[in-house]
Amino acid sequence: MNIVVCIKRVPDTTDADISIDKSGKDIDKAGLAFDLNEWDSYAIEEAILLKEKSGGTVTVLSMGGEDSNESLRKCLAMGADDAIRLTDPAFAGSDGLATSRVLAEAIRKIPFDLILTGTQAEDDGYGQVGVTVAEILNIPHVSLVNRIEVQEKKIKANRELEGGLEEVVEVDLPALLTIQTGINEPRYVSIMGIRKVAKKEIRAHGASDLNLKPEEVGLSGSDTRLEKIFPPPVGEGATMLEGKPEEVAQRVFDILKDKGGLA
Amino acid sequence: MKEIMVIAEHRRGEIRDVTWEMLSKGRQLAEGLGGELGIALLGKGVKNLAEVLKPAAHRVFLIEDDRLEFYNSEIYERALIQLITERKPLLTFIGHTAQGMDFAPSLAVRLKLPLATDCIGIEAKDETFSLTRQIYGGKINAEVSFLKKGPYMVTLRSGAFPVMEEEPLSGEIVSVPSPLTDEGLARRFIEFVEAAAGEVDITQADILVSVGRGIKDAENIPMVKGLADSVGGVLSCSRPVVDKKWLPKGCQVGTSGKTVKPKVYIAIGISGAFQHIAGMKGSGTIIAINKDPKAPIFGVAHYGIVADLFKIVPVIKDKIKELKKS
Repeated sequence: MNIVVCIKRVPDTTDADISIDKSGKDIDKAGLAFDLNEWDSYAIEEAILLKEKSGGTVTVLSMGGEDSNESLRKCLAMGADDAIRLTDPAFAGSDGLATSRVLAEAIRKIPFDLILTGTQAEDDGYGQVGVTVAEILNIPHVSLVNRIEVQEKKIKANRELEGGLEEVVEVDLPALLTIQTGINEPRYVSIMGIRKVAKKEIRAHGASDLNLKPEEVGLSGSDTRLEKIFPPPVGEGATMLEGKPEEVAQRVFDILKDKGGLA
Repeated sequence: MKEIMVIAEHRRGEIRDVTWEMLSKGRQLAEGLGGELGIALLGKGVKNLAEVLKPAAHRVFLIEDDRLEFYNSEIYERALIQLITERKPLLTFIGHTAQGMDFAPSLAVRLKLPLATDCIGIEAKDETFSLTRQIYGGKINAEVSFLKKGPYMVTLRSGAFPVMEEEPLSGEIVSVPSPLTDEGLARRFIEFVEAAAGEVDITQADILVSVGRGIKDAENIPMVKGLADSVGGVLSCSRPVVDKKWLPKGCQVGTSGKTVKPKVYIAIGISGAFQHIAGMKGSGTIIAINKDPKAPIFGVAHYGIVADLFKIVPVIKDKIKELKKS
């Protein structure tokens, strides 16, 4: 089975102290660590597991600048066969739709049976690109997948719904699945592993390579535009417990006794 | 006439909360625009749901078909393409849920409608709408605009819009003939599966001690379990802990796990993704411990402790043991 995986390199903002940059349209990314988008790490792992089981190839795609090679190389080290970076100054400002168009046109040039993407990206969180790519390519999709079973020319997939409920669906190949976190345990990539693939060529394709017109990509090909960003409004907020650890612990005990019925 | 259309979400005979949230916001916008509110209800044998929804809109467009017994993106798309093409609502609302995330993007492509997903705010602005979304895991809000003329499609985050008490509307049920045929489907629904029940029912606990990504490694979990034991509470967790297989699914608090309302909820090393907050915001008292003072969890917590959990948790545990003895 030939599998295409779409990935994205994103800044890790979980514990970072983030601030808004001068443009007012993005955060200041200097000093932030970047990594493969968490959902995508499960998608690439799933692709490699499927390849290990039944053969075929795994091609990984990413739209982004040269920095994205880092994440593409990580995927190669995990076991992907080929990596392609989609890059063009004209891609700047692409929203979910314009990004999907770029990915879809790149995928058209690759023979595939299955496309995997993450369910969403940690940074912009559209949760839109995978399903949109499927629709542009006119193939069926299943989103929020947390289990895959390959059958003859079709896939049985579990979709994660709310409240611990799952839905089992069957989908004919070729198809696109958006992968939910927790579906597998992404393998660890060592520095040695990265070094081994350091010389592997990562091809770069631009808009003209993909037969895309300038008005189909970037801001001019987008339906939405980010105008500005701002810190979320502060609600009532928490009463902060400060002081020495022992004093804080005493307060926690008092709250538990008062509100939690701690005996 | 400007119409706002809400695609009703229901599952197993029940209207889901996000539907009422979309209707409240939709009504407010429709009134501001001098327009009307419509609901699209798709299903098999769902007339009773149409009756329940009726007072919340001017019209309920009811499409009934045996093929709509279970949600399927392909069938939903076929049914909705026809309805939306005919009605041309200025704005279509879909929940940003497991269901809406599955069909809104492809429906938008088919209808060539500009789509904004996972919105937590929407206001009418000139001839278009201004949207608010969250980025970077809820640490930053973004104002987003549409670059094209309407009609538009927007998915709304569940739990982000309050449900208002309002005077009932005229509510007419309009039966729409099903456009569906037996034409081959590339995707087929098979069955629902319930997640395996955990050993302990976290929804019954008075005190929940919940652990998140900040715990860093499976071998650190017993430290938090120790705190839970010392306060007679139950150990629960956020999604990343289950994703990494450190605790079973039955322990997970949040949208895709359990919704809990203990007397006291202690969140340890949980940043507070909205999916987690949706599952625990009804708790009596919330105490959050996190090293990042900007973590969204502090927005919902009653008490916050900005600290390294590895330093503060053992101190709290020892203090509680000491005070319980005395």
